[in-house]
Amino acid sequence: MNTLSRLPSWVAQHLVAARVVLALTLLLGLAYPLGMTAVAQVPGLRHAAQGSALGGPGKAADASSLIGQSFSDAKGDPLPQYFQPRPSDAGAAGYDPTSSGASNLGSESVVDHLSTGKNDPAVSSLLSTVCARSLAVGRLEHVSGARAFCTPDGVGAVLGVYRADGLTGTVQRAVSLNQACPEKPFLTTYQGVTVECAKPGEDYSGALVTPIRGDAPADPAVPADAVTASASGLDPDISPAYAHLQAARVARVRHLELATVLQLISTYTTGRTLGLLGEPVVDVVELNLALDRSYPLNGGASR
Amino acid sequence: MSLYGWMQALAVIAVVVALHVPLGDWMARALDGGGHGRAERVLYRFCGVDPDREQDWKHYLTAVLAFSAMSIAALFALLTCQQWLPWSLGHGGMSWRLALDTAVSFTTNTSWQNYAGEATTGHLVVMAGLGVQAFASAAVGLCVALALVRGLVRRGTDDLGNFWVDLVRTCFRVLLPIAVIGGLVLIGLGVEQNLTGAHTVQTVAGGTQTLIGGPVGSWEPVKLFSGDGGGFFNANSAHPFENPNALSNAIEIVLMLVVPVACVRMFGRMIGSLKQSWTLLAIVGILFGLLLVGASLAQGAHTGTVAQAVGGQTEGTEQRFGVSGSTLFGVSATGSADGAADASYDSFSSLGSGVLMAAMMLGEIAPGGVGSGLYGLLIAVLIAVFIGGLMVGRTPEYLRKRIGFGEMRQVVLYALVGPTAVLFFSALAVALPEGRSSMGNSGPHGLSELIYAYTSNVNSNGSAMAGFNGATNFHNLLMCAAMLVGRYLPMVFLLALSGRLARQRPGVVTAGTLRAQGINFIALATGAALILALLNFLPALSLGPIAEGLQ
Repeated sequence: MNTLSRLPSWVAQHLVAARVVLALTLLLGLAYPLGMTAVAQVPGLRHAAQGSALGGPGKAADASSLIGQSFSDAKGDPLPQYFQPRPSDAGAAGYDPTSSGASNLGSESVVDHLSTGKNDPAVSSLLSTVCARSLAVGRLEHVSGARAFCTPDGVGAVLGVYRADGLTGTVQRAVSLNQACPEKPFLTTYQGVTVECAKPGEDYSGALVTPIRGDAPADPAVPADAVTASASGLDPDISPAYAHLQAARVARVRHLELATVLQLISTYTTGRTLGLLGEPVVDVVELNLALDRSYPLNGGASR
Repeated sequence: MSLYGWMQALAVIAVVVALHVPLGDWMARALDGGGHGRAERVLYRFCGVDPDREQDWKHYLTAVLAFSAMSIAALFALLTCQQWLPWSLGHGGMSWRLALDTAVSFTTNTSWQNYAGEATTGHLVVMAGLGVQAFASAAVGLCVALALVRGLVRRGTDDLGNFWVDLVRTCFRVLLPIAVIGGLVLIGLGVEQNLTGAHTVQTVAGGTQTLIGGPVGSWEPVKLFSGDGGGFFNANSAHPFENPNALSNAIEIVLMLVVPVACVRMFGRMIGSLKQSWTLLAIVGILFGLLLVGASLAQGAHTGTVAQAVGGQTEGTEQRFGVSGSTLFGVSATGSADGAADASYDSFSSLGSGVLMAAMMLGEIAPGGVGSGLYGLLIAVLIAVFIGGLMVGRTPEYLRKRIGFGEMRQVVLYALVGPTAVLFFSALAVALPEGRSSMGNSGPHGLSELIYAYTSNVNSNGSAMAGFNGATNFHNLLMCAAMLVGRYLPMVFLLALSGRLARQRPGVVTAGTLRAQGINFIALATGAALILALLNFLPALSLGPIAEGLQ
């Protein structure tokens, strides 16, 4: 105290500040979190504090019921005996907890970057990614994967339109921006002009980007959560609609009655908390684990 | 937004309003006046503080700045030296530019992160570095608010309180108890709390997965109630270990809103007029309601091409929260200066992300950060009082203190810092190729990302449209400047204002005094805050989210 009061005030304040930072570090930075860790070992909290392990006998006992998993083979194709999770942008292959995150692409991400060669990889727009996912899910579940603003071959139906006066006037040229030559454009003509395929590397920035809705039904067979990635890339849940869409396929591959699978889905469906918070969900990780434990596939259909 | 979405929002708001009464009352009692606890006396002796000696505004300011400087230095040292410290989990030290950006970011209560948590920070850095500053930076905001309120309450004195006492009391009497309760509740709901680090497990399909363990449960509540908002993980509150279910999501939203709202109640208690605090709360409620309705309508309209193709705004949202839960979280995180995220704000609808930007551009007053929300709100009220005073032709006054030329100068300087800094730093970043190249989307959406980034940094929010790559040398340094200017310059004007107000002797309330309460005044203050923000930012918003929305 006495040494402090002899120093200029602002110097003394810094010395006090350094001691306060040290004290707060010890109390709030070490004692608090370590104390919480110790308290979290009590029986009611320990399971959650340790990461909500699935538990039980056999495989995957240490994996977490909260963290989504991939149910694909080494090539990335979906394993048909499992309910498929949502698409994931965590890590290159998805569902990598060391790399949580989202696509961070906006609703007007509609034009792909087409590859011009080996050193120039193609970059898919969010729209084309959604279209491709919808088509793939449709094929897997034997329903229509058609969506608004998507071509039949599963890219974004987007034209680059050149008009006489820039933004207005008659159409002079139309390019299907996401279909690289020699692909056949999804439209033969647009307002009387023949639609071209896109030449990779060519600059179409002068064209007016015009998404074409097409005639897909307003209510697509493939649900929204099946074609969009989550914010964390680790979402363990899907919508009940997507679970029901997959039920027939899972029942077929596992030689089960559809009713058995539907019963299992309802077991792992959680409604809105307190009747109003959040959305109804089906936990895919727990559902698939229950399938494997109750109705194991013989002959090692998993990889 | 669905009916359920609105019910969820109303339920959360009702809980916040119910909790703010006891919390605000406790804060007023615990923080202003009264004796020191025995443990507190030990702490003051250890730190060399005389807890009974009060400070004038200059000494108070020096203490704030000295504490912040030492905090930045300590955090910078921890971040750069991580590889030599225990619990580093094998992560290296940060580069000096990233470490400086991060140290400034957490000390200024911004918590903008130019790195992914799970791949960069070990447990010691999170607990003893970022965690300490989450508490401390929130406390600094509250201290400055206390000094301003004392300026309004006290008469004919230079003393505004003792910063060190305010800091210690805020940390230990208010924030730590909330952290312990909030942490235990969230751990009970599934948030992990261990010290294991990365460990590989077998998946159901027979593959492997590397899970990241960590002290998330002690970090999570602090991150939320402090207005800090930095994620333990890159995905922030969208990560299932940070926010495991719909109930934890609702509790996290309550945690973000409750302390800033309780600050308003504390103000009412300290000035001895709960009518005043209800008036301020009405202003907060109207602004928050407008933002929530705006964002919800924008998110529900599905006007974007991808949203139409998908049939919803579900890209970048978690199934368990849904679009409604994500939108409510987003408005709460940007309105409260917290900046956490349970969804990808970059994938929000263009106008939806525009509303989040607008929430920050209001100057973080709906309800704003811990303490900073209250002082931002009081500045908005003083501007309204001044405008109202001019309209009725009387000397403007508030709580029997004259708002004369000298006071208004500080108010206006305070009010100018935010908009000027946001627009200046955004313009600088847009003008230079190093700035533009960080945009993750093309066209107006890319510009939105950039303006969002600097709005968030200047206003100490810390949320991001995360496609924007801030982890460049250019942005690391420019963001440092933006955060320092946006946080500390307003505090200088504020404490100067507080000093002037405290020296005044109170006037007498006459029939000509504009009463700063009632529906008229609420409308006037809300309108003034909205119009000022709109005038400042409409051009920028037109080029970004509005242009994209009208495409």
